[in-house]
Amino acid sequence: MKDFAALFTRIDESTKTSVKTAALADYFRTATPEDRLWTIALFTGRRPKRTITATRLREWAAEVAGLPDWLFEESYSIVGDLAETIALVLPPATQSQDHTLTHWISYIKTLTTLEDDARKSGILDAWDSLPHTERFLFTKLLTGGFRIGVSAKLITRALAQATGQPEPELTHKLMGNWTPDTTTWDALIEANDPTVDLSRPYPFYLAYQLDAFDDLGPPANWNAERKWDGIRGQLIIRGGEHHLWSRGEDLMTDRFPELAQLRDYLPDGTVIDGEVLAFADEKPLSFNALQKRIGRKTVPKKLLAEAPVILMAYDLLEHQGADVRDKPLKDRRAALEDLIKDAPVTAPLRLSASVRFQTWDDLRTARDQSRDLGAEGLMLKRLDSPYLAGRKRGDWWKWKIDPLTIDAVMIYAQAGHGRRANLFTDYTFAVRDGNDLVPFTKAYSGLTDKEFREITAWVRKNTLQRFGPVRQVPAEHVFEIAFEGIQASPRHKSGVALRFPRMLRWRRDKPVDEANTLDDLKEMLATYG
Amino acid sequence: MADVLTFTDRGIYCPAGDFYIDPWRPVDRALITHGHSDHARWGMNRYLATTGTAPVMRHRLGDITLETTEYGVETRIGDATVSFHPAGHVPGSAQIRVAVKGEVWVVSGDYKTVADGLSEPFEPVPCHAFITECTFGLPIFKWTPQDILARQINDWWAANAAAGRTSILGAYALGKAQRLLTTVNPDIGQILTHGAIENTNAVLRGQGFTLPETTLVTAETTHKTHPGALVLATPSALGTPWARKFGTASTAFASGWMALRGVRRRRAADRGFIVSDHADWEGLNAAIKATGATKVFATHGYTGAFQKWLSSQGYDAHIVSTDYQGEGFDQADEAEA
Repeated sequence: MKDFAALFTRIDESTKTSVKTAALADYFRTATPEDRLWTIALFTGRRPKRTITATRLREWAAEVAGLPDWLFEESYSIVGDLAETIALVLPPATQSQDHTLTHWISYIKTLTTLEDDARKSGILDAWDSLPHTERFLFTKLLTGGFRIGVSAKLITRALAQATGQPEPELTHKLMGNWTPDTTTWDALIEANDPTVDLSRPYPFYLAYQLDAFDDLGPPANWNAERKWDGIRGQLIIRGGEHHLWSRGEDLMTDRFPELAQLRDYLPDGTVIDGEVLAFADEKPLSFNALQKRIGRKTVPKKLLAEAPVILMAYDLLEHQGADVRDKPLKDRRAALEDLIKDAPVTAPLRLSASVRFQTWDDLRTARDQSRDLGAEGLMLKRLDSPYLAGRKRGDWWKWKIDPLTIDAVMIYAQAGHGRRANLFTDYTFAVRDGNDLVPFTKAYSGLTDKEFREITAWVRKNTLQRFGPVRQVPAEHVFEIAFEGIQASPRHKSGVALRFPRMLRWRRDKPVDEANTLDDLKEMLATYG
Repeated sequence: MADVLTFTDRGIYCPAGDFYIDPWRPVDRALITHGHSDHARWGMNRYLATTGTAPVMRHRLGDITLETTEYGVETRIGDATVSFHPAGHVPGSAQIRVAVKGEVWVVSGDYKTVADGLSEPFEPVPCHAFITECTFGLPIFKWTPQDILARQINDWWAANAAAGRTSILGAYALGKAQRLLTTVNPDIGQILTHGAIENTNAVLRGQGFTLPETTLVTAETTHKTHPGALVLATPSALGTPWARKFGTASTAFASGWMALRGVRRRRAADRGFIVSDHADWEGLNAAIKATGATKVFATHGYTGAFQKWLSSQGYDAHIVSTDYQGEGFDQADEAEA
């Protein structure tokens, strides 16, 4: 694992994308094919199964280091990363073993088959034979979540450098539900038939938020449609099977069994980009209804009836078995309309209708109706645009409605993880209720690094009480919290749960007694919930 | 028996001798452990410090009434007997031993237990009560051995020099910078210094410390006049126009906090060298044990966890709130490492 550790160090040490890319490309040229494949897998979120619980790892590490559990926990709360904490507290290795990355991953897999005692000695033995960085990486493999500042884009760029293949092609090849156990470097990267895997999705095309109309040219060049508030999904129908992928490359096929019937209406060799929506009486149900379906692997009948879903179709990526992403949007949509036209109205499939407009002002009016229609804004797509891979400027824009906002008081702070270890970045917010403060949401993004540092210094000096890693602070600072939706929630003290809460700004100008109240929050629930 | 030392809002106080140790508000008589600004403050009526600390105090505090003493020499102040003992933190730094009627208390100031090749090495002083810092009082802090550290820094500098890049290393002006100067291999190239560091170099050279040749960075100094040089700068100078005139440079910080990946990444330097003038976890524990003290007061750092740990090890351990900063996470130059 020395070469993998060296790769990690080179990536971790540098803040420059060019250096990281070069390090990865070098590695892809020199490592074994198995190690290369595992490296791609790890950096694209395909980690080996968790075989040992974090609790056990903490116990064992504390025991080996001769530390009481509370001191280990205290250390962990400062470091913010379990694998790093373990690597730091353990005594120096007394043995030495040099094996490939793939070897260590297989080693971890074989541990699952063993009894608890044997697993423990297997882990302790590995810890005792690896120097610091390798020990950290080995433990990362055990705890999962290999986020080290390498994006899928960076991987693709490095692979392009190492193999000479174009980036979009590689992006496509890396999609889907492969794991290093189901494929090889040759099959995944070197082979030239991306459809070899029938379930493999195309990379999603993502839009940036529109900032001005000035550069768009004539309105007639554009198609506008609603930006539906569901789960972006890609439906694949190939070889008599269907697969539904999320944007985050999760396979969601089994969660939405009603979409299986689309196999009857759509021909093989069809891939549709759309939005999975809870839908009844020809209109979307609230995101709330869909939320109940998310995270359920199997769906009880009652829920199927309460929150039935459809695919709201945006675009056609594959038609009659051919990749049509290079064709202009208007042709793709025409073909998509033809396909959907033939399906009965009982089929869970709709075309996302175009919003008619002559001027940008018309569009502004249409956008104002979004919330009433259950949409979160508009999408603008150039009629002659191809379907690109990833987030690109120019041809597609999203024009979201402004978020809902509320002024809230910070009452707890917690240190972040990773790059934010030891900055207090995760806050709990409350609204006023008479003389009380009722917590209603957490948020951890939206401030500048400078603001986070300033608040961190303040939290350190003003901690009232500690509850493990959480610090209670005086109710002094007001923040404007933005969110996308609000729903009733019996699980929360405040009775509400927010969607995508984040800090819009630090309201230094606002005293605490001008923050919003629980009644304000309830009113928002009544209006938008 | 009355306490030899008490803890007041002005600092650590000795009633028997009517003096303070490292006070943070003006007092009549102040005994100073070392010259860092959070320990040696301005505004005391008279000061007592080691001969090794005196020049930097005069340099920083100007015209002060300062009496000096040598390590190990006992001085009678009122009913107390005081003596200064090497703390290994920076050149001249001391622990202060206070004995009253056979009861001995020691104030550590800031200290480290490993020899850095420049500061007078730390000496354990037997005592009944030990007042210790614990800036790095958690088991996650273990310092890189000096020889490995030297290799890491020299390899980094040599690789940059070979690639025609300037190496900019951020380190505190008093202690850390001079320690690094004696750590690096001057055969690799020229060593340039930031004004704050060069001033301290001059003070220490005046005291007889041998440092390699250094050149003060002036308005004319660039990567063209001094290709492949090592620039020693205060941490706050990194990322400023001052540092940008060295063209494509590799930047690094030298601090104990560089042991943590998150902090290293947040400082967004190319490299982080794990080096501190404070004791690491092993160092703190070994130092406390070596004093034979049964009573321990933890001052600045991870006091809560450290006090709890010491109690679990059988010490009568307490926390004392002070204004000392140790080595801060996000402070730039105020706190010294």
